[in-house]
Amino acid sequence: MITDNAPLLEMRNIKKDFFGNQVLTDINLKLKEGEVLGLVGENGAGKSTLMKILFGATDIRETGGYGGEILLNGEKVSFATPFEAIAKGIGMVHQEFSLIPGFEATENILLNREPKKTNLIAEVFGERLDTLDRREMDERAAKAIEKMGVKIDQHMLINSMPVGHKQFTEIARELSKEQLKLLILDEPTAVLTEREAEALLASIRGMSERGISVIFITHRLQEILSVCDNVAVMRDGVLVQEVPAASTNVEEITRWMVGRNVDNTAARTESRINEDARTILEIDKLWVDMPGETVRNVSLSVKEGEILGIGGLAGQGKLGIPNGIMGLYQAGGRVVFDGKEIPLNDPRKCLDSSFAFVSEDRRGVGLLLDESLEWNVAFPAMQVQNRFLKNYLGGLVKWRDEQAIREVTEKYIDELKIKCTSSKQNARELSGGNQQKVCLAKAFALEPKVLFVSEPTRGIDVGAKALVLEALKKFNREKGVTVVMISSELEELRSTCDRIAIISGGRVSGVLPAGASVEDFGMLMLSNVV
Amino acid sequence: MRAGSNKYTTSEKKNVDYGMILQQASVPLMFIIICAVCIPIAGLSPSYLANEIVTRMGRNSFLILSLLIPIMAGMGLNFGMTLGAMAGEIGLILVSDWQIVGIPGMVLAAIISIPISILLGIFCGKILNKAKGREMITSYIMSFFINGIYQLVVLYLMGFIIPIKHSSIKLPRGYGIRNTVSLLRMRQHLDNLIAINVNGIKIPVMTFIIVGILCVFIIWFRKTKLGQDMRAVGQDMEVARDAGIDVERTRIISIVMSTVLAGIGMIIYLQNMGNIATYSSHSQIGMFCIAALLVGGASVDRASIGNVFLGVILFHTMFIVAPRAGAYITGDSMIGEYFRVFVSYAVITLALIMYETKKRREKSVSGQQLRAEQDRDEAKASGKGGNV
Repeated sequence: MITDNAPLLEMRNIKKDFFGNQVLTDINLKLKEGEVLGLVGENGAGKSTLMKILFGATDIRETGGYGGEILLNGEKVSFATPFEAIAKGIGMVHQEFSLIPGFEATENILLNREPKKTNLIAEVFGERLDTLDRREMDERAAKAIEKMGVKIDQHMLINSMPVGHKQFTEIARELSKEQLKLLILDEPTAVLTEREAEALLASIRGMSERGISVIFITHRLQEILSVCDNVAVMRDGVLVQEVPAASTNVEEITRWMVGRNVDNTAARTESRINEDARTILEIDKLWVDMPGETVRNVSLSVKEGEILGIGGLAGQGKLGIPNGIMGLYQAGGRVVFDGKEIPLNDPRKCLDSSFAFVSEDRRGVGLLLDESLEWNVAFPAMQVQNRFLKNYLGGLVKWRDEQAIREVTEKYIDELKIKCTSSKQNARELSGGNQQKVCLAKAFALEPKVLFVSEPTRGIDVGAKALVLEALKKFNREKGVTVVMISSELEELRSTCDRIAIISGGRVSGVLPAGASVEDFGMLMLSNVV
Repeated sequence: MRAGSNKYTTSEKKNVDYGMILQQASVPLMFIIICAVCIPIAGLSPSYLANEIVTRMGRNSFLILSLLIPIMAGMGLNFGMTLGAMAGEIGLILVSDWQIVGIPGMVLAAIISIPISILLGIFCGKILNKAKGREMITSYIMSFFINGIYQLVVLYLMGFIIPIKHSSIKLPRGYGIRNTVSLLRMRQHLDNLIAINVNGIKIPVMTFIIVGILCVFIIWFRKTKLGQDMRAVGQDMEVARDAGIDVERTRIISIVMSTVLAGIGMIIYLQNMGNIATYSSHSQIGMFCIAALLVGGASVDRASIGNVFLGVILFHTMFIVAPRAGAYITGDSMIGEYFRVFVSYAVITLALIMYETKKRREKSVSGQQLRAEQDRDEAKASGKGGNV
């Protein structure tokens, strides 16, 4: 079965599309036994999708499978579930922890693979009534931890561990699987302190010496260079480079990662930076406790009438900023708008001070899915500003002004080219792009002074994207509304915004005019990634 | 009651734990105080009081212990234990019609109840799997629904389809069961099997042995693979599923076990009482058992055997002394019954509120940590800045 020359893993012409949207194109990748491959690329470059295919994630199969073939030890494999991949010796450590919080490290390392002792009752009622062999469990966990080469307390409960140790527990769990041949580490160092990251890198080297191959995904390029044999760079679903780590450097990799065809990287031509404009919004030492998007100590000032972009890699905290200011997640620090301090953790106060927010969570926060477009557009204005209401009995009884609601909805349907059967259609029935336009219409109807838009083009097609961005620009230009736009797509920030702040590790790593070079932005994005 | 909760500051971490412990123990503490105040007012003799408490411990412990396993599996307080109680009652009604008395009657009733409990448990478990995160309210409503089916069976089918011979338990119209079924020839047979008398206090040793066996079983069960799986499922279903544990099946098993144990517990309970109130015995048993468990210091996601016994003692001490104390103060003995129902609901409501507050507080703590971290960084940075 095992041919000597065959590489441990070979991926041939891997293709994947999500409903016609091509996310991976002809990926070819080879991995030898004991080789450490660094996989880098911007968010959305296709790294995770590629790893999901390799690991047999169920959502790949549910969305129509993939093209091309995967060979493991020269033998063609296709995993229907992660369990099949695990059985073949593939282990994966995900970005999100998959640990039971109230269990010890040992119990987590051997979760559902506990050594057992049988007994009389189990003979009758089945093997699930076998008792756990605690001593054997301790020994096996200790062995896995030793293999990893980083010391952790195997009897400590997960919820009292520092994050780094949780990460190591996950790695130890993979290493405790006897058959492990290939370990996929998806941004394992993101939560580690510098010293812990060092220890992890040493441990990766150790694994490689034991013949375990590692695919190491990270945004910290230094780590790639110090530990990997080869580096593979992905961009827009294509493997753009695969080179030995020794022959390259951080600048080169960054360029491969962010570099695009020149013609569509054009920055906004009419980009204007008005130094004299007064500061309308001052964010001072903001922290936001948004899971996965923690914001630490962010200070930013927004000028009146500009479009400020906030960019950065996923999970670095850019989404936490609008969510924290608007009071959706717990936040602290100071936000001063027009000379007045805005109280945090109180969404109503924000709306009252003429802020509007288009959430990245369109279907959850943004829309009333089972209500008509009219309702969706007019609802916030009705709630917050008492508009579209007719007062009777001196304001004691308020009735909706259906006429006004229909007019304003139809106006926005027209302006934003929302494709719908009528203004009475339910929001759920619209496509993603049109739902996004409804979210914008809703925010526009509030007639805010400051508009926060979070990931306005996520998951919508190219045509709708252009329209949404154009609408934002128009709204900014014609109504003089200050816009803060948060997006993971640097391209779209550069083409829409005046200035762009890059958030990395929860902090502002720099603010550049939209016209700055892609490489400069790339360096900022990767500067203090956590 | 909420002592310590507002003392919280980031720098004094120890205070938090202290406050948490106090909060966890707040319900038992409150009941200890109520009992301590009521006992002298009630003026009952110590031996009478002790006798009553011991009796009620024997009567109720098994039922309350049946609640522990679903809590372990993260399904909260199983209001659906009423289903098991109904199965136990059906078993007892049948054996008393067949005139099988004493211990053999109890054993046979248990044997009849078990398959009914299993079926009801599977049904309940499947529905609760469709209502993850809302198990408690779902099981509560379900107990009303199954009560309807129970009434159909007992009121119409028994004597009509299911043969019932004896007119002493049959309604005069020819089918259906009377309001009360006497268990006179089974009454306290288990309690009296080995009963010893210590200073005038009757101790039903056999009942306690059975309760003890169940405790040992639960302790042992926690160490089994299934027990470990239940704890894993209880803490994080997604992680457990990713590790290959069959989450749905594990949850159903935990409800089935609880229902079966509740059925047996109901038989022990009713043999002590000596009669079945056919249409009402089970109706509030779930609520009283849950209230007792919570009084013992358990919470929605955490309960131990110790909570069970402490709860039985405190809750029932209050029941015994409160009517007397109430009668003494107000001259009306009904106040005790009122108190019993009022306190049960109050304690359950309180436990649910505390569970929610705890979850919310855990969230805000992480925010506070973030702020503290930031302040520390700030201090460091400004320290450096000063040097330059």
